[in-house]
This record gives sequence, C-alpha cells and structure tokens, in this order.
Amino acid sequence: MRTKLFRLSFVLIFVHLFSFGQSGDMARINGARYIPLYGRDSTVVEVKDFDLDKYPVTNEQYMDFVKKFPEWQKSNAKKIFADGMYLRNWKNNFELNDDAKSNSPVTYVSWFAAKAYCDCMGKRLPTMDEWEYAAMSDETSKDARIKKSYNEKILSWYEAPRSNENQIGQNPKNYWGVSDLHGLVWEWTSDFNSVMLSGESRKDKDGDNNLFCGSASLGATDLMNYAAFMRYAFRGSIKANYAIKNLGFRCAKDIETP
Amino acid sequence: MKSKLKFTVLIATVFLFSCFQEKKEKYTATEDIPVSLEMIAELTAPPHVPKPVGKRKAKKLIVKMEILEAEGEISNGVRYVFWTFGGSVPGSFIRARVGDEIEFHLQNHPDNKLPHNIDLHAVNGPGGGAESSFVAPGHEKVFSFKVLAPGLYVYHCATAPVGMHIANGMYGLILIEPEGGLPPVDKEYYVMQGDFYTAGPNGERGLQPFDMQKAVDERADYVVFNGKVGALTGDGALTAKVGETVRLFVGNGGPGLVSSFHVIGEIFDRVTVEGGSLVNENVQTTLIPAGGAAMIEFKVDVPGSYVLVDHSIFRAFNKGALGLLNVTGEENEKIYSGELMDNIYLPEGPGIQRMPTTSEIKESDIPAKSFEEQMKFGKQIYGQTCIACHQAEGQGIPSAFPPLAKSDYLNADVDRAIEAVLFGLSGEITVNGEKYNSIMTAQMISQEEVANVMTYVYNSWGNNKTVVTPEMVKKVKEKKK
Repeated sequence: MRTKLFRLSFVLIFVHLFSFGQSGDMARINGARYIPLYGRDSTVVEVKDFDLDKYPVTNEQYMDFVKKFPEWQKSNAKKIFADGMYLRNWKNNFELNDDAKSNSPVTYVSWFAAKAYCDCMGKRLPTMDEWEYAAMSDETSKDARIKKSYNEKILSWYEAPRSNENQIGQNPKNYWGVSDLHGLVWEWTSDFNSVMLSGESRKDKDGDNNLFCGSASLGATDLMNYAAFMRYAFRGSIKANYAIKNLGFRCAKDIETP
Repeated sequence: MKSKLKFTVLIATVFLFSCFQEKKEKYTATEDIPVSLEMIAELTAPPHVPKPVGKRKAKKLIVKMEILEAEGEISNGVRYVFWTFGGSVPGSFIRARVGDEIEFHLQNHPDNKLPHNIDLHAVNGPGGGAESSFVAPGHEKVFSFKVLAPGLYVYHCATAPVGMHIANGMYGLILIEPEGGLPPVDKEYYVMQGDFYTAGPNGERGLQPFDMQKAVDERADYVVFNGKVGALTGDGALTAKVGETVRLFVGNGGPGLVSSFHVIGEIFDRVTVEGGSLVNENVQTTLIPAGGAAMIEFKVDVPGSYVLVDHSIFRAFNKGALGLLNVTGEENEKIYSGELMDNIYLPEGPGIQRMPTTSEIKESDIPAKSFEEQMKFGKQIYGQTCIACHQAEGQGIPSAFPPLAKSDYLNADVDRAIEAVLFGLSGEITVNGEKYNSIMTAQMISQEEVANVMTYVYNSWGNNKTVVTPEMVKKVKEKKK
C-alpha cells in the first residue's frame, strides 16, 4: 500500500513536470513552420518544440549568478567579452544602484555574459527564429502579427522612456504563457547578427539578401514591417561585447527526448 | 630716370609674381584644397546659426553630434517623443566651407532605445555616411569626409524604418560656404519645416504616439517650423531692424510634404534655388522639397510683423506652419502707407461716413460684474450687432451665414472665435458639416463688449458654456498685433 502511494505520487510529480515544462519558470512553446518578417533567406523556417523562460532574467537572478561565477562580476569581466558599460546600473559587484530594482530585467549585459548565464543554468539563448516565433503571439493567438493592436503596442514601447526600470511580469502573458517579450527590454538571441542590416536600410532593400521580400510575400502591412524592422535594425547595430541599457535576455532549452 | 624704370619693372615683376602665386593657390578641384589645423565645429540649435566661416582656410573640422530620444512639446499641451540630432528639432546647424575635411562623431546616448545613423546630403559616398555611422545606443561612430561642393544641405537619419526616424524629427541642415564665405548680411536664421503624424488629431492633449498609417498616407496632423507649433512666434519670433538684410537658411525635413515657403509681406531679393548655385531674384514663394533646402535673402524696408508660412495655407493656419519675423524701426510711408482710411461704403448712400477704428473704441463705463450681467449685456449687443446675419436663435442662414447655435466651429476654439469677432473672418470654413465662404467684417465693439456677447453666444442654444473674459479678448488682440 505504502509503495503504491509512493509510486502514485511519483507519477503525479512526473505528470506535473511534463505538463509545466522543465520547471515552473519556463513555458513550453510548440514549434511549427512559419515565415519570419525577414530571416536568413526569407523563406519558411521551422521551429522545433522548446522551452522558454517566462520572464527575462532579473537583476536578482543575475546577482546569484555572479556570486557563483566571479569571472562575471562587474569588476572582473574581461573587456573583450563585455564592454565598459557592463552592469553600469550596479554600484559594485554585489549591489544595485539605488534606483535599480532587483525585480527589473538585468540589462547592460553582453551577449557573452548572457550566453554564459544560460549555459550555467543548463540552458541556452533562444535563436532569433525561436524568439521571433514566440514573440509573434499576443494573449489569444499564436500569430498576432497582422493585428493592429499588437503592432501598436510594440511601437508604443519604442517611444516609452526608461522602460528598463519597470519590473518583470507587468505585461500580460502571451498565448504560450510568456511575458515581457515586448514592452520591457530588447533581448539577446544566440544568432542576433545572422541577419545583417548594413545600417543603410535603403540599400538593404535591393541587395541580393532579399531582406524585404519575405515580408512582402506575407502581404504584411507597413505597420507590421515597421515594428519588426526596428528589432532587426537594433540587432544589426550591436556587437557581442556591447552592454546596453535597454538590452537584456532570457534563456531557452531544448526538450529532452526520452 | 633709369633707376626709376628699373624700380617699376621690379615692382611689376613682384606683382606679376604675386599674381602668379595667387593663381597657384586656386585649385581646379575642391578635393585638392589642403587642410591645415584642427577645429571643433560650433553647433547651434535653431533658429540660430554658427558664425560665418569668412576667409578662414580649409581645416579639419571635428563635428560631435549627440543623438537624444526625448519627450517634448509639439503644441501647447501636446507631448511627443522626439528623436533628435543634438537635442533639438531640427538638429544642430553645422557650418563648414569647401575643402574642409569633416571628422564626424555620431554619439548615440546610452538612454536611447534605438540604433541611429546619419546621411548628410553634403557627402559624396554611399549612403551619405549612413553606412559608416550606424551606431547602437551607448556608442559612438566616427567617419570622415571631404567637403567638395558649396550649398545648403539636409542631413537626416536613415535607419530602418527611415520614414519613422525622420518623422520623429531626425533632420537638420549643414551649410557649406564657398571659398571666402558667403557675402555678409545683418541677420541669419535657421528655419526648418517638418510634418508630424500623431495618433490623436491636431490639438488632442497628452502624450501622442506616432501614427504610422497617417504617415504612410501623408495625412499630417502638424506641419511646423522648428519642431513645434509656435516655435517662431511670441518670444521665439525672429527679429530684424528696418534696412537690414536677412538671410534665412530654410530646410524641409519632410518626411512627407513639400513646402511652398513664403513670407507674407516680403519679396525675396535672392533665393539660391534648392540650396545650390543657381540664384533666382524677386521671388514670392519658393518650393522647398522634402529633403531639400534654400537660402533666402531679403532686405526689410518697413516695420511690422512678417509671417513665415507654408503657402499650402491650411498647413499654416490649421497645422502650425507659421512663424513671425518682427521688424522694428522707422515707418516708411513711401513704401507702405498702412491703413489710410476705413470708410463705410454705401453704394446708394448719400455721403461717406467715417467709422471709429478699434483703438478709438472706449471701454464701457459700466463693466459687467457677474455672469448674469455679462449675459444681459451680451444679449443686448447680440441684438444690435450679430442678429442680422446669425439670426435671433443663432441659427444663421443656410449657405450664407453660418449658425452659432450648436456650432462645432465655434465650440472648437474660443480664441479663433474671438479673433473672428475682433478682426473679421473670410474664406471657406466648415460649420456643422456645411461649407460657408463669405466675409464677416471686424466688429467695432470694445473688448468688454466682445467678452459679453461671446459669453452670451457660448451660453445659449446648446453651446459649450465657455465664459469669455475681457482678458481673453485682450490676449487674442495683442497676439495678433
């Protein structure tokens, strides 16, 4: 009897684990084929099932990380991996500035730092295709990109000052149960620079990279293009050692196949 | 005698030699002009411009331009997030000369959300510098270019989405002076037009987000000079004295609209067409394309207020494209007489009667002490002055005289209504969906009486119950002066 109970609870735990992803703070994203606004070759890309952090990594979580990994502490990080702006809103290795909140997303982190953090958690950075896929949903639908409200919300964030000082979880969860993909900070992706905007956006139009054709074939509205272009433009302007005020990250994870 | 001749020959040789030397210093191509020394460029916010280059030699000119994304006011009570070069719309004015080598530092403030870059129309090279200046927040990019051609050029941001970056105010002017500089003038000003697209209609208060759809459709809510409705009026008005020559550096950032730039009451003596080397004379209105500029010079002869407008005139009076140049000094009645007489014209009448002008109107001896009195006095004036056209119940006469009862035109803007009573109103207006195109004359009644009659009108027949005070009338009257 006792063993039966034990077994039952084991099964329950297993079911619990399975239905909520790897842990409570990640959400399961069911993959599919979709056309990103513009991707590497502007065609359909396939995203496999994966888990994604529900929230961006916070100052508090990052603090725990640097306590365990001193090489990523503010005073120790190597310049080639994180530029002079690294953790600029932290007073020192273990204290935030007075106006920074522990529950705000960590920003002023480089790609190298973000990658190291995810590696240490047994996770990884999401790919740009994964990130864009998860981020194209709103509260009710997987692909909200053609909705006016969805795009307006994104564009309005571009104009909101000091939003990096907001705390996580204040934006509604999207279809997958993920928050803050829009409306809080930009986020690193593992291959952020795989679509290169030269910075001369007009020239990008007629290059052989066909960056704009993908979106054209979608019959996308201008509004929709604009919200995404700004994301791609931003990614195109950064390098892996940049630490920027409005740029944070979250981690993803492959689904372990039994 | 012989020695004297020798001396003359010597002098002549020296002159010849010096002439020859002079010639040697003229370069066939501006790219060959050598630079000596470094200099930090003076940058100015509109409407000011840096000091003229004068006769200075070509230099290595260091320009440090900071990009700031910041909230500001586009009209009274209407907030907008501007993206700026140097903290102002339009961006800082850059002044250089042909042959200068400009080392451009583009700095993107760390608080900014977006990457930016700069395309200077004065650059010969791909993207006008856009490619080499693409800069992430918290970073600085440096690039360099040789200034080859004189003229007045626009610069702007060219980061995707280009239209949005320009629509948010990312444009300005760079002036390249010829060798020896532009001819000196008495006053120089920097004026740049831009169109803005907000989610709310013109005048809707609060922070207004950018409206992409309106921008795509080129339906501007605001068309302004120097980034704000009224930037060049009141304390911001440009000034000059009678007899001075004024040079305006006028640009148009767009993104959508072309400007028909005109100064009411002036003829432009000289216009460098499109900012290039072609000079046109005696111009009334000059076209300034989006992404283009012109240098405009004129001598002011008569004191008074000269109104800068986009002569696509609804933009001026309804969307903000209006500025002032206030000229002070001696009247010159030979050139302009001013108003000589205001006579009542009665074709069938016997004689000509003189009417008092507004300055002669005496204020009432018995000012209204309360709202009730205002209504009482107002009704009286209405009965004497307004009733003939606007009718007893303010209903007007269809297609001739617009209604005052439940009038959207009236209720929308009290200052506009005061102005109509004080100074008259003509041209096409739309009231409650109907178009009217007739003339209302200026009403010869005192400020107090204007306040009373308008209070009466606003508090009758379903209007919005505005109370008009003599102070409000005074304000409108003075503003117009």
